[in-house]
Amino acid sequence: MQGSTIDPSKAELNSYAASEAVGAHEEHPDLRVWGLLTFLMSESLMFGGFFAAYLLLRGAAEAWPPEGTEVELLLPTINTIILVSSSFVIHYGDKAIKQDDVKGMRKWYIITAIMGAVFLLGQAYEYATLGYGLSTNIFSNCFYLMTGFHGLHVFVGLLLILGVLWRSRRPGHYSSHKHTGIEMAEIYWHFVDIIWIVLFSLLYILTIF
Amino acid sequence: MKQIPVSLLTLTAGVAVTLISLWVGQNHGLLPEQASEQAPLVDGLFNVMMVIGTALFLVVEGALLYFLIVFRKREGDEEDGIPIEENLPLEAFWTAIPAIIVIGLGIYSVAVFQEMGGLSPGHTMMAHHSPKSTLVAQAPSNDSPIGGDVMPLLADAEGVEEGEAKYGIGAANQSSKPADLVVNVTGIQFAWLFNYPEENFMAGELHVPVGADVLLNLSAQDVIHSFWVPQFRLKQDAIPGERTELRFVATKPGTYPVVCTELCGSYHGGMRSQVVVHTPEEFGEWIEQNRVAQKDTNQTIASNPAAMTPSEFLEPYSQEMGITGDTIAQLHSHP
Amino acid sequence: MTQAEVSIPSHATEHEHAHKAWKWYDYFTFNVDHKVIGIQYLVTSFVFYLIGGLMAVAMRTELATPDPDFIDPSLYNAFLTNHGTIMIFLWIVPAAIGGFGNFLVPLMIGARDMAFPKLNAIAYWLNPPAGLLLLGSFFFGGAQAGWTSYPPLSEITANVAQSMWILAIVLVGTSSILGSVNFIVTIIKMRVPSLKWDELPLFCWAILATSLLALCSTPVLAAGLTLLLFDINFGTSFFKPDEGGNVVMYQHLFWFYSHPAVYLMILPIFGIMSEVIPVHARKPIFGYKAIAYSSLAICVVGLFVWVHHMFTSGTPPWMRLFFTISTLIVAVPTGVKIFSWVATLWGGKIRFTSAMLFAVGLLAMFVLGGLSGVTLGTAPVDIHVHDTYYVVAHFHYVLFGGSVFGIYAGIYHWYPKMTGRMMNETLGRIHFVMTFIGTNLTFLPMHQLGLQGMPRRVAMYDPQFATVNQLCTIGAFVLAFSTVPFLINAIWSWSRGEKASGNPWNALTLEWTTDSPPMIENWEVLPVVTNGPYAYGMNGRSAPAEEEVAVSSR
Ligand code: HEA
Ligand code: HEA
Ligand code: CUA
Ligand SMILES: [Cu+2]
Repeated sequence: MQGSTIDPSKAELNSYAASEAVGAHEEHPDLRVWGLLTFLMSESLMFGGFFAAYLLLRGAAEAWPPEGTEVELLLPTINTIILVSSSFVIHYGDKAIKQDDVKGMRKWYIITAIMGAVFLLGQAYEYATLGYGLSTNIFSNCFYLMTGFHGLHVFVGLLLILGVLWRSRRPGHYSSHKHTGIEMAEIYWHFVDIIWIVLFSLLYILTIF
Repeated sequence: MKQIPVSLLTLTAGVAVTLISLWVGQNHGLLPEQASEQAPLVDGLFNVMMVIGTALFLVVEGALLYFLIVFRKREGDEEDGIPIEENLPLEAFWTAIPAIIVIGLGIYSVAVFQEMGGLSPGHTMMAHHSPKSTLVAQAPSNDSPIGGDVMPLLADAEGVEEGEAKYGIGAANQSSKPADLVVNVTGIQFAWLFNYPEENFMAGELHVPVGADVLLNLSAQDVIHSFWVPQFRLKQDAIPGERTELRFVATKPGTYPVVCTELCGSYHGGMRSQVVVHTPEEFGEWIEQNRVAQKDTNQTIASNPAAMTPSEFLEPYSQEMGITGDTIAQLHSHP
Repeated sequence: MTQAEVSIPSHATEHEHAHKAWKWYDYFTFNVDHKVIGIQYLVTSFVFYLIGGLMAVAMRTELATPDPDFIDPSLYNAFLTNHGTIMIFLWIVPAAIGGFGNFLVPLMIGARDMAFPKLNAIAYWLNPPAGLLLLGSFFFGGAQAGWTSYPPLSEITANVAQSMWILAIVLVGTSSILGSVNFIVTIIKMRVPSLKWDELPLFCWAILATSLLALCSTPVLAAGLTLLLFDINFGTSFFKPDEGGNVVMYQHLFWFYSHPAVYLMILPIFGIMSEVIPVHARKPIFGYKAIAYSSLAICVVGLFVWVHHMFTSGTPPWMRLFFTISTLIVAVPTGVKIFSWVATLWGGKIRFTSAMLFAVGLLAMFVLGGLSGVTLGTAPVDIHVHDTYYVVAHFHYVLFGGSVFGIYAGIYHWYPKMTGRMMNETLGRIHFVMTFIGTNLTFLPMHQLGLQGMPRRVAMYDPQFATVNQLCTIGAFVLAFSTVPFLINAIWSWSRGEKASGNPWNALTLEWTTDSPPMIENWEVLPVVTNGPYAYGMNGRSAPAEEEVAVSSR
């Protein structure tokens, strides 16, 4: 292995694939944020593919959603509010670490993690009570696939946040000038959030009309 | 070579390339015979592209060969070449010329496509919408049962919603004149079924009269198939769940292959049939024969061909397709 | 294997424990050095090329006679599906982007490694399991729906094998996305400071463009294949028309990726061309800017032409016309490149090395493939020849006559850099002649077959086409034998070849300023760019003088 460049204590293995980068060589700046952004561009196009497919199928269907398939609205709306506000919460965590306030960062990140978990539980509850399953009809196909795929991303985001929290136990691991991991978790969380907003508009709001 | 000015050489080369290209464009002999009204249009476009392509090919390969010979490294010469990095007029030239060529080709192909009827699938009324449409305008026999017992379109029976085809090649002149003959074509693994709705019978081959305006309604039962008659230069996929159509006028009596060009399973290659282009008289006879034959079967085994399973129906044709009903049944039951 | 004496003065090493050359067994491990990964990619993909080629030879043998008498038609379909899939996803893409890209990009921009070395290794190691999945699928009949895998056929035949096929593609797709992230960040952020954008070697431009394209298109394929996987295994009906699904939707999702994929396979090759030709013609590349920007133009236009694969499918007229025009436009930036390379030859001192022969052979054949592509681009002609052997001829000219020739050119050109040994030129020339003849013999007659009426993907055909098919089959055998001199050459030269100096071709790009093979971390001291990458014959310098420049810039 490239023993020369890896300092195991520095190597951050906390985060998502794109962050697997190894500690930097002498003049090699930390490029993980760049990597993550590039990767997310690609990810968003995968969702783009699903969205396009959804709109195409919706356009071709006579009734959308089909008769007898009720889209639950109240719970998802609450869920949406939780997820969207968690984006602000996590940002406070980022602000805190920029002022070297590790404790504050931990506080905000814990709140975010809880909100994320509540979102996932809410989603699970919704799945359990909806009365239709993945293969019921073409709408439910799309519904479960898209929300499920998004849920997977929320789950990964949650893991990132927990990873940050785990690492932050070590004193001095994060500081105002060394917090790439925190920043990446935040960026990823925002991404998950933005995707959800589009998803919510397509799957829930659009079905009202 | 010293006395001849370069411009003269270039000119000669240019003329030669032009002449060769024009000749190749007319005499490449790569295309099969033309048997539909659309065929000459497509061939015209192809030949023009063949001319342009040959010219470009000769120029590029000629320059390549010439440079390779003239600028090869000589024994003992270790020098570098001449450091030319760019030449704006030259680059503008070879960007502009291809741009002009492709825009020209684009316009030409739009025109051809329009003339072929590509712009108007579904613009015309279909037979079942206008029960009085004539079977064959030129059909001589008065007793051909015009607007007779119309049996439901095979396609309708398969859950494709009623309506006009959205995709395909429609009438050339966008008038909503109904077609002279409508045939419903269904693709199944691995055969084509031709249903003559006005006549209430089904065949394993397509028969059309020469000069008639024929409309094929394409549908597929299991997987995607694609209907191609090389001599007509026409092809259209038959897609489960979609309506497609192909409208053409055959111009030359004869027998031409019908080929399935979309991979549809193991015996995709065996999914071949024929289109027989008759003179109007022959076509009338053929219709008559089939009606009689079909009536006979109806009486003897009291079964409507539309009610037969595909493999039953196919039995008589399986010989020529090199597959047996068993194979088909087996393949069908084995999803 | 590559530990050919690299004697390095041991000063200036801040990492004492770093050994200076890799041992042969390092190539079989999870190694994060970009050079090792590059060679891993190249060797693995070449093995898959042989496997895919073997399937092609089996197919051609079957097609020597009109009847399906050599292999079972289902097996034929499995071969053709996996031939296409392996050639594209496990040969051209990993060899051109993963292999050359990884080996060369850091060296060309003066970096010590890629931006994310571990990610890079992960991206490579996604490939072998994908290959095993594909090969393993033959125990379940093999995927049989073509490399395009259109539903409903792909949903009703060989479900297990088809699912394995999907997983394999998702693996290589992920690999390609991760690789692209790495390339983009590396090229944008890790150049040595003295390397200006307009001195970036054209190969790097090409890889940059390719990566952007892969990043935008691959995820859409992943989405489409996910839907297909769910349809097959989890009872959804995205592509089942009788339950509200839409068959044609798959084709849009597929081709939105797979058309750009053909440019993924040719742009890096174009990059190789732009490196090989100037060196062996001893000329500056003609029209540097035009070549660099035309790659980007091809990418942008290339994202909006996908429907030209669906002219006979369920596409409305306006789409057929819009995509006719956009398709034709691609010919312009591609033409700019072709003309620029031809112009680069003008006034050169052309050396007919094996690398140059393959590069020139590529030029000669790609033009033919491109021109037949243009005829396919017009809807009326495509309606006639779609899904026939004319298309097969087109894409083998651009893929074999283009991509494969380019990869060979690249191998002959950079082999000394990769292994520290020269390849045998005589064997190289024999290889070239056999390949050139074989390619044309195999694929030229296919144009006629298609125009005359022979559909593709058939194991049985009308006897009238038998003679021409036999010609193609003979060509395929010539091609198969043509790999023999190459394999002998590559294997023998690796241990026995003549030792190569750091810069055997007197080339000017940065990878030639270090040893052959390069040490771990590439340079003792990062190089300083003193001249453009293609400054041949400039400033009154002749070739020998340049070597000094190269050396002094160490
Ligand atoms: C390396 C891969 C590669 C490349 C580079 C290309 C390049 C091109 N391809 Fe090809 N293509 C494939 C790989 C590739 N293709 C594959 C694999 C398939 C089949 C997929 C399948 O169905 O399985 C396919 C199929 C395919 C089709 C669908 C055919 C069908 O199924 O019916 C079409 C139709 O438009 C097409 C068009 C083109 C065009 C216009 C180009 C252009 O980019 C070519 C541009 C180049 C030139 C034109 C030559 C040089 C230029 C000049 C000398 C300048 C002057 C020229 C003019 C003014 C015309 N290709
Ligand atoms: C880069 C891509 C690439 C390459 C290099 C090739 C190479 C070849 N291809 Fe293929 N081909 C495709 C991409 C490619 N192909 C694609 C995408 C399809 C479409 C698939 C589909 O329709 O879904 C296709 C389809 C295709 C068909 C059409 C099948 C059909 O439609 O029914 C044919 C038919 O002749 C063919 C032939 C060949 C031949 C003879 C070669 C030759 O060049 C191969 C030369 C042979 C070798 C290099 C093997 C040499 C080795 C040995 C003989 C033994 C040694 C072995 C070991 C040591 C293990 N290919
Ligand atoms: Cu039906 Cu191929
Ligand atoms: Cu394409």
